[in-house]
Amino acid sequence: MAGYIARRLLQAIPVLLGTTFLIYFMVFAMPGDPVVALFGDKTPPPQVLEAVRERYNLDQPFIVQYLLFLAGIFQGDFGVSFSGQPVSEILAETFPVTLRLAILAVLIEMVFGIAIGLVSGLRKGGIFDASFLVVSLILISLPVFVVAFVAQYVFGIQLGWFRTTVGPGAPIQDLILPAIVLATISFAQIVRLTRASVIDTGGQDFVRTAASKGLSRRRIVPVHILRNSLIPVVTYLAVDFGVLMVGATVTEGIFNVPGVGRTLYQAIIRGEGPTVVSFVTVMVLIYLVINLLVDLLYAVLDPRIRYAK
Amino acid sequence: MKIKRIGVAAIALAAAGALTLAGCSSSNEPTAPAGDSTAIITTNGSEPQNPLIPTNTNETGGGKILDSIFAGLVYYDGEGAPHNDMAESIETDDAQTYTITIKDGQTFTNGEDVTAESFVKAWNYGAALDNAQLSSYFFDSIEGFSYDENVDELSGLEVVDDKTFTVTLKQPESDFPLRLGYSAFFPLPEAAWEDLDAFGENPIGNGPYMLDGEGAWKHNERIDLVVNEDYQGDRQAVNGGLSIIFYATQDAAYADLQGGNLDVLDAIPDSALSTFQDEFGDRSVTQGAAIFQSFVVPDRLAHFGGEEGKLRRAAISHAINREEVTDVIFSGTRTPAHDFTSPVIDGYSEDIPGSEVLEYDPELAKELWAEADAISPWEGSFQIGYNADGGHQGWVDAVTNQIKNELGIDASGAPYPTFAEFRTAITDRAIETGFRTGWQADYPSLSNFLGPIYVTGAGSNDGDYSNPEFDALINEGLSETEVEAGIEKFQQAQEILFEDLPAIPLWYSTVNGAWGEQVENVQFGWNSVPLYYEVTKSE
Repeated sequence: MAGYIARRLLQAIPVLLGTTFLIYFMVFAMPGDPVVALFGDKTPPPQVLEAVRERYNLDQPFIVQYLLFLAGIFQGDFGVSFSGQPVSEILAETFPVTLRLAILAVLIEMVFGIAIGLVSGLRKGGIFDASFLVVSLILISLPVFVVAFVAQYVFGIQLGWFRTTVGPGAPIQDLILPAIVLATISFAQIVRLTRASVIDTGGQDFVRTAASKGLSRRRIVPVHILRNSLIPVVTYLAVDFGVLMVGATVTEGIFNVPGVGRTLYQAIIRGEGPTVVSFVTVMVLIYLVINLLVDLLYAVLDPRIRYAK
Repeated sequence: MKIKRIGVAAIALAAAGALTLAGCSSSNEPTAPAGDSTAIITTNGSEPQNPLIPTNTNETGGGKILDSIFAGLVYYDGEGAPHNDMAESIETDDAQTYTITIKDGQTFTNGEDVTAESFVKAWNYGAALDNAQLSSYFFDSIEGFSYDENVDELSGLEVVDDKTFTVTLKQPESDFPLRLGYSAFFPLPEAAWEDLDAFGENPIGNGPYMLDGEGAWKHNERIDLVVNEDYQGDRQAVNGGLSIIFYATQDAAYADLQGGNLDVLDAIPDSALSTFQDEFGDRSVTQGAAIFQSFVVPDRLAHFGGEEGKLRRAAISHAINREEVTDVIFSGTRTPAHDFTSPVIDGYSEDIPGSEVLEYDPELAKELWAEADAISPWEGSFQIGYNADGGHQGWVDAVTNQIKNELGIDASGAPYPTFAEFRTAITDRAIETGFRTGWQADYPSLSNFLGPIYVTGAGSNDGDYSNPEFDALINEGLSETEVEAGIEKFQQAQEILFEDLPAIPLWYSTVNGAWGEQVENVQFGWNSVPLYYEVTKSE
């Protein structure tokens, strides 16, 4: 087990180097000069442009800029944003916010999605199943910004149940509404996924065996059916958590959540290379770790899967 | 419900010969505030792009904060008229050498006195090329300034005594005192020089507000300001402080205003432009802004040089129905242009001779185009370049369609994906089409709309326009010590622009704002930023 984890972590190093290089190159190759854009519609004298470029090492060739950046990272220095804030500090401020939002959203979609999916699967073809089929189809087809704007207008402005946007310090109660919005989309997927998986497992021989042994339904459903149905659902949830962790740009924008998505979006717009690459580096790391955790979780859910070496 | 303010600001002028910015009268003092003097006003903003250092801030996100926490030599009232803030007097005999005296007893919030040194050191730092300050070019008219080598101390700045310094300019510029309210000219305390990076994070100012302790700037989230009790100028705050919340989208800010979480909003999102006046009624405002929009068709493009170019530009200008575009595309939130400046600026006029070229007249347009065709027949297509990330597509398509229909030529927009790409193409002169331009005044003066854009070789002269007659008139206007005489020269200079059309004027922007029930006395300044210190809030 430990060997397996070590091997996976070692594999992460070339992946990280490759992605940072690619991202750095893409930011560098973005057409247009970020320094020119700093001046808006006004054109400063060329000497001023040159001086500002020098200050941010933007006058260096690409490979030098990249190596400078890489050298910095190994010393724990992620660079500085145009506003003079260390990128490491921006990372430390935004990731916890997004983490809270992502955990909330995943919790909501997990609890409701699995519960409703399970009931739908067990009562296949019933009223409950049919009505949630319709609901989930509607939710899947709605773009997230529609859900977000409607939720903000109805629950924030009209009913006043939630703050319209996220307040200072991004407290949990303000994050509930954006988390529900984020959860709605995946919630529908999870309902469909759980339902299909439960129906599939419910028809397996070992479930019939358990029933003929005289086990109660209260034991068969959670232990035999649900547990064995969860593998695809867990994979989906983990992927979704990863997606949420790297930022839900649209939703974070609408609810003004000071998280990863919003910050990264602004950094891209401003052409702040160091900020963009540092964010992406951390995102890649998160993805790698979550994928590793999911693989380990499979073994827990299904004892037949073992990581021997 | 449309308040359009025509510039009525008058610059206080002493007797002929001496140009003095007199101290503001006490009539400007706010009447007894009705609101709670401890209430915090919340308003929208955006994360400052740069550290909060006056000479390194050139965008509104940071500018709004700096204007609140610093006080310059002068400040601008709601009409854009300058009044002394830190300055006791600003005197000159020739519009070239200025003697500036600072009021006694003015302090920074760390207790330091505001002295002549506070200004001179800050300006020298801002001007030095090695410091790569974004606003360095604001100092380029001061003697000693150089773009070619680093100059640590401008020879034109001289400290006379603790409270007095002199400024010598390279040439007479009568509107120099008008500029002194712009953030680049703010003073800095000695404490700033110990560690300027740290200072930019927690700036110490001398304005009506100050940061609410260390770390009041919560990046990407908000900045909290409280009243600076030691500030003695006219911009005394009647509320308890200011929380500027950084929004990524204007829609989020608007939702917060509707939801009662925001007091004052100074930018209405496009999606609410047609409804916000119904919703907020007399708690909303639409007023002129010091922003001029146009597009440039450079001389160097085929068929746009010389006499032929003049005719074609005039034809294109006559082919555009500005009224229709501002009504249909912008729901009246732009007003058709009548000159090259802005209605909020002192000296603005709608009837400058030659401004008829801005009238929609399809017959005349066709005629002029035909005359140009007689010189050299038109071929190819006419395009206006724009950045696709700035909401410009609507009007560019409308305008090019009008040109296409009226002149019977092929015309279309030429989008660039990002602003950076668009501006780089313009700066490198790589753009081979017409292109949109905009200008927001840094200080309320006609010359600020003309000099930096159309004078030969000027920084923002993106179309490489050059006309010695125009240059001469601008120079004459700047050397006039009488403001009225200067305005006359600038208007004459505009007559030349109407003939040459180095840029084809389109319209002026307006600022659209709204505020909540709990606040009163909301007034927007000449630069479209609310005068926060006057806002009262009841709780």
